Parts: sequence; C-alpha cells; structure tokens
Amino acid sequence: MMLLSIDLTFLLEKAVLISAVIAISLVAAMYSTWMERKVAAYMQDRIGPTRAGWGGLLQPLADGLKLFMKEEIIPNASNKFLFVLGPGLAMMTAMMTSAVIPWGKEIHIGEKVVSLQIADINIGILYIFGVVSMGVYGIMIGGWASNNKFSLLAALRGASQMISYELAMGLAIIALLMLTGSLSLRTIVEQQSTGWWYFFKQPLGFLIFLVCAFAETNRTPFDLPEAENELNFGYHQEYSSMKLGFYLFAEYINMFISSALMATLYFGGYDIPFVNDANLVNSWGVNAVAALQIAALFGKIFLFIFFFMWVRWTIPRFRYDQLMNLGWKGMIPLALLNMLVTAAWQLYRHA
Amino acid sequence: MNITTILFWFLTVLAIGSALMVIVSRNPVYSVLSLILTFFAISGHYLLLNAQFLFIVNLIVYAGAIMVLFLFVLMLMNLNSESEPSRQKWLKFAGTIAGGCLLLVLVAALRDVDSKSTYALVNAGDSGLIENLGKTLFRDYVVPFEISSILFLSAMVGAVVLGKKE
Repeated sequence: MMLLSIDLTFLLEKAVLISAVIAISLVAAMYSTWMERKVAAYMQDRIGPTRAGWGGLLQPLADGLKLFMKEEIIPNASNKFLFVLGPGLAMMTAMMTSAVIPWGKEIHIGEKVVSLQIADINIGILYIFGVVSMGVYGIMIGGWASNNKFSLLAALRGASQMISYELAMGLAIIALLMLTGSLSLRTIVEQQSTGWWYFFKQPLGFLIFLVCAFAETNRTPFDLPEAENELNFGYHQEYSSMKLGFYLFAEYINMFISSALMATLYFGGYDIPFVNDANLVNSWGVNAVAALQIAALFGKIFLFIFFFMWVRWTIPRFRYDQLMNLGWKGMIPLALLNMLVTAAWQLYRHA
Repeated sequence: MNITTILFWFLTVLAIGSALMVIVSRNPVYSVLSLILTFFAISGHYLLLNAQFLFIVNLIVYAGAIMVLFLFVLMLMNLNSESEPSRQKWLKFAGTIAGGCLLLVLVAALRDVDSKSTYALVNAGDSGLIENLGKTLFRDYVVPFEISSILFLSAMVGAVVLGKKE
C-alpha cells in the first residue's frame, strides 16, 4: 500500500503501536492512583478505597469522572493561552519517553515481524535525556501563567530542582554507557539478556539514577514544588477540573515511564529472569515468549512503582536547602566518582 | 512527494514561522516559546540530514537548558506590556539599517557559492552518526577538543567563584 510514495502499512503499524503504548501508559497511571491509595492505606493500617467496585477497583474511574464534572476555572489575571498550554505540555513530555522503550522483542502476525518498540533509534539514551530536560516547561509555564506568587515560586523551585538532578542523572548514564558502548535501548536490553544485568555492574550508578528519578518526577521526598505547608498547593494551585487532573496524572505517568526506564537500563528490561529467552523461543514460539517478556517487564515496572510509593509514605520531605545540598554536593560528586571508577575499570580491562 | 519531502517542507515552514513569531510577538514569554519551537524545527532538519547527534544535542543544550534559563529570567523580571518602554523612532530606523546590512552581506556571500556541489545529502550519509562523530573527534581533533573542554571548565569554576558569597 503506497500513497504519495508513503508506506502506509508502516505508518499504520506505528500508529497502532503508539496508540497501544499511550493507552497502556494511561491505564497503568490510572491504576497507580488506586495502588497508591491501597499502599498508603496498608502502611497506615487502614483499608483504603472499598466502595467503588470490588476492592475499590473502579475508584480511578470515579476520580476521573469527578475531575471532568468539576467546574473549570481560568483566573482572570492569568495568561489564558499559556494557562491551558501548561498541563498539556506536562502530559506530552511525560508521554514522549515511551517512544524509545522496548516493551518486548517482537511478535509475528502472519508473515510480518512487528518489533515491540516504537522507534529503535541509535541515540535512545540521549533522546530520553532530551525529553527529561523538556519536562521543566510544563511546570514552569503553568506556574507562571497562573499569575500567583505561590505558583511562580513553586514553578521556579521545581525547575531548579529538575535542572540540578538532571546533571547527576546524566553522569550516572555516562558511566552506564561506558559499559554498553551503545546508546540504543534495544541493544542494551539484548546485552543484558545474554549477560549480567547492569544493576550488578553499576550498583552506585543505579542508586544515583534512582534518587534522580525521584527528584525528576517530583515525588516525595523531593516534592518541593507542591510543598503544601509552604506553598499552599504548589504550581497547580490555580488549576481546577481536568487541567489539575492532567498535572496530577502527568506525575503518575512520569513515575510509570521512569520505572520502565530503570527496569530497561539496569534490570534487563523485557528479559525474563533466570531463563534463556532464545531457547524459550524455540520451544514456545515467538508470540508466547513476547507476551511473557511484556509480563516480565511489567512485573519489574510495578515493583519500582511500589518502591516509589513505599518511599512516599515512609520518608518525610526534604527542606529546600537540604535538597540542593544533596543534589550538588552529594549526588554529582558521587556520580563523578562512579564515572571515574568505571572508566578506570574499562581502561584496565581493555588494556 | 515522499515522506522526507513532506517533513522537510513542514519543518521549514515551522522554522520560519516560529522565527518570525520570536520577533513579532509583544509578550517576551511568547518570544521565548517560539524560539524553542524554532530550535525544534531546526533540530528536525538535522535529523533529516542524518546528523542525529547534532539533533539531540541541539535539543538538550538549547531547548532544554539555555531556554529554561531565559524563561527563568523573564518570569522573574515581570515584563508586561504596560511596563515595556516605548521604543524610539530612530532606534527602529537604526535596527532596520543594521538588519539590512547583515542581509546584504549574507546574500553577497551566498551568491557565488556553487550550490549544486554543496547540497547536503538528505537522508543519506553516515558522517553525523554518533559513532563516526566520536571517532573523528577523538582521533583527529583530540587537542582542540580537550582545549575547549578546559575552557568550559574554567568558565564553570569562574561562575562558581563569582556566585560564592564573601
């Protein structure tokens, strides 16, 4: 099928894949809110939502409906265009990273081989880094356009926090790159399915990445941009209805995507633990193994999401100067040290 | 019309349109946002030229870091249309002449270029791929690379020293 010399089957394949990934991210984020309530309840010796559906399973739908039904208020003194643009940008930058994550190896539909990754670009890690650095705009634009001093303060805090932790994150990734020798996420996962997971070779790098992921997603203990005891409600104070929902939702999508990223970079991605995937393909067939791989990846992702929640309900928030001290005087020197040690080890090994 | 051509025209229109928006729009925050859009469009052009490293570095450095600092400054300065000083007539006049001179120089420089032989290869060539770029950079241009990184380091140290309280 060709139209204007465009390969339509290719476009269709990618469109279906993109829709599927977006839908899965949204549903996963939706049920993360349910999971967060349940986890919080468990940690505080409560039972959490029970009324809507079995075990409160319909609670996220009820929440979404509530947000849609609420009155939408756009403040008079705000910059209307940017006020609407802000939540959209936050959502978009949250979703964009999912384009380079490999969700599984491949599936066969008839004769056709469909790779379970939207784009296997050979600058995958740099792409992620680029998108992460765009993540600031949603918060900054929303906070500024609200024309509220608390929102602006929170937005500035959020932006400077994200910029500070991006550096350490980048340095942690550089150390990982020295081992992989490739920027393509698929290659990195393939290397891990045949050898050791990179967590065992880069434990310090993983720790730094984890802490920075917490800071980048604005989760407790780094949720300074929405510190309600100092800044009322943070950068989304003036927002109501689904625009507020978008900001809250973007946080959960960010959490889901960064969990997927940590699983991919350090915990083997879609590699099924303790099993040789290539042998399994011979006995089980490609499609069954792909389903298992996706299940394995999602298992890892949900372990990370649980960890995010566990930390949120255990550790209190940092003070702002503590946060900056940790970022600039703790994380960055540690990441540099990790990078130097890795470089020395690589030099010794290849010399 | 193949997909590359369509993308090329889309990105070109986007780049020129948003670049115009940078200078036309009254609100400085809009200008910054249009400039970010321009960087995106130009990065897209790099991608069409198979210069993937340049594409992503342009986004990370310009759109992701420098423009954030621009926004920081603009948001803290509280620029409104009321507080904006009215520009004087002679300033506009001088600006037009200066811009026209620059255009003249550019046109004069580009007029004699043999354009056919220097067309960039669209969607072909691998010199912009990160591996080839790294090899060239660290084999043939190691000394300039190291010197420029020392320059950057000294600039960073200088900024820290200046920013430190007495």
